[in-house]
Amino acid sequence: MTTLSMAQALNAALRDALREDERVLVFGEDVGPLGGVFRITDGLTKEFGEERCFDTPLAEAGIVGLAVGLAMGGFRPVIEMQFDAFAYPAFEQIASHVAKLRNRTRGRLSLPMVIRIPYAGGIGGVEHHCDSSEAYYAHTPGLKVVTPATADDAYWLLRDAIADPDPVIFMEPKRLYWSKGETSAGDRRAAGFGRAAVLREGGDATLVAYGPTVPVALEAAEAAAREGRDLEVVDLRTIVPFDDATVVASVRKTGRCVVIQEAQGFAGVGAEIAARVQERCFHSLAAPVLRVTGFDIPYPPPILEHSHLPDADRVLDAVDRLQFDDEPDLLHLAGEAS
Amino acid sequence: MSVDVLLPSPVPVRFVAEDGTAVQPPTGYQVPEEERLLEAFRRMVVGRRFDRQATALTKQGRLAVYPSSRGQEACQIAGVLALREDDWLFPTYRDSVALVSRGLDPVEVLTLLRGGWHCGYDPAATRVAPQCTPLATQTIHAVGMADALRRKGEDGVVMAFIGDGGTSEGDFHEALNYAAVLHAPVVFFVQNNKYAISVPLAKQSAAPALAYKGIGYGIRSEQVDGNDLVAVLSVLDAAVEHARTGGGPFLVEAHTYRMDPHTNADDASRYREKQEVEQWEAADPLARLETYLRGRGVLGADAVEAAHEAAEKFAARVREDMNADPEADPYELFEHVFAEATPQLREQRALLASELED
Repeated sequence: MTTLSMAQALNAALRDALREDERVLVFGEDVGPLGGVFRITDGLTKEFGEERCFDTPLAEAGIVGLAVGLAMGGFRPVIEMQFDAFAYPAFEQIASHVAKLRNRTRGRLSLPMVIRIPYAGGIGGVEHHCDSSEAYYAHTPGLKVVTPATADDAYWLLRDAIADPDPVIFMEPKRLYWSKGETSAGDRRAAGFGRAAVLREGGDATLVAYGPTVPVALEAAEAAAREGRDLEVVDLRTIVPFDDATVVASVRKTGRCVVIQEAQGFAGVGAEIAARVQERCFHSLAAPVLRVTGFDIPYPPPILEHSHLPDADRVLDAVDRLQFDDEPDLLHLAGEAS
Repeated sequence: MSVDVLLPSPVPVRFVAEDGTAVQPPTGYQVPEEERLLEAFRRMVVGRRFDRQATALTKQGRLAVYPSSRGQEACQIAGVLALREDDWLFPTYRDSVALVSRGLDPVEVLTLLRGGWHCGYDPAATRVAPQCTPLATQTIHAVGMADALRRKGEDGVVMAFIGDGGTSEGDFHEALNYAAVLHAPVVFFVQNNKYAISVPLAKQSAAPALAYKGIGYGIRSEQVDGNDLVAVLSVLDAAVEHARTGGGPFLVEAHTYRMDPHTNADDASRYREKQEVEQWEAADPLARLETYLRGRGVLGADAVEAAHEAAEKFAARVREDMNADPEADPYELFEHVFAEATPQLREQRALLASELED
């Protein structure tokens, strides 16, 4: 067991992948001698040389397009988009080529490549540095979308993503870069890829979270436990492929579900999860599936971001609305009748 | 590096005038060997016949759509002849003639346009990337592939085809810049056919010539008469040699003309005069090469006739092969999304199965 920050775990995953597979290449903006603006690629150019880890010109469509050509040519590019919103210039490359090449060519070409994107807010970043852009990618067939919430998952999910035969959008919750956790000693490659994790067991309600809201869900569950309410916390880990089985099993057990995401709520990943849960768990549900999300606003300036971001209180308020006590509704009906 | 080295010729490089007579070419370019010119002639005859056949197939409902390259045969064929088999080609949707000339199965080439699948041929086996519909995106893939070849120690070259309209796209500029910075063995070949669907070149770019777009990125560039096969092949030979021998990327602009509408679904009379098209008829690349080769006494009537016979035979084969309805397996819809279908895709496959069994 070693204690690492998520940033250190990601760095270790890249280093080990570069060491084990000479086809792996790391490139992007400032990822060379600087080590990336978040230092995720720290030391890699020094250890593996400019041929394996290098700075590119400042053009994101170019970074992704270059990776497409290199992957077609037999390499395994692991590229960095410096920030969530900086990946938008590359969207055509991602949606029209990265996601579709296997399909267009009937499987004759595949693109084993990873696009790392630091995403979401909570670090006091100025505009265009804090977007939760996961829904764009999750809505694009042909892309796998992964987002770790712990240092250990960060390491293994990134190793799995690099080894995957298909393109993976690897979304790193930047506010968790500095959170520390123990990393497992044994090889648990592919143990988490495509599988959600039950981080805390409970019988009263299920909190479904991913990436930056996983610690929020855990905090809420701790607080609820002090009030005698026993919440289960599910960390999706991979948005695509989506682990219906684990989520459904949990909600069928608890009968109640709150989905938590940092992104704005409308047409988001949480909406998809809520729909899937009610489609599959209708007869087990004692209350509507609720969502706790950011508001439907452009990401706010730092001074206001605490008002926007879902926190444990907002989650607990939602839990309170899960109709544990039906009496208020009965009174309401009685009032209407009189 | 001196700027002068990068600059294109101030006028398009030309070896053969419109009337088929030889003109004094600029220094630094070689007339390609006679046998290659004869091969180019034969391929242009077949290519033009194939193009006409494909357009006819749209009228018979056998092709959903066909973007013709009639008038651009010198570019289509020279681009292919300048490459070795182990070089890579990154074509656009208008480059079917080039693909057929490279030896790809015509039905496989037309699979995209008949609606059978998005790409009918095997890009890995043929070293031809899928014909690209989004504009200019393939140019940066070509740079990545060129860098991959270099890393693997292969001396292969990558050629990316693009049109005049595509040079306005950001990806073209990013590709030029990346190619130059990476010193990638890639040739960007712009077929400037004067129209992007309906928009004429004058509304596309204020550059003195599109070839000048290379210099700002540090890329050696050239412009050539795109209806003069001898010139296009000579310049592309030099460009490919430059890239293959470690000289870095090369940009070539060929001035040509799209004789047909954008596709069979387009009406070119809405945006250009008949007179303009007639003027370009006089600059026809195939007639020009034939006159030139006949004038030099290396191409006789028998050889011309044989080329046309071969073209007719080829067209007949295309007609016959395209007559069969393409096979379609609905379950293939789920097969190539990922290497292994997700649980959700397996569920959707089962749903489709229940619909099909009803």
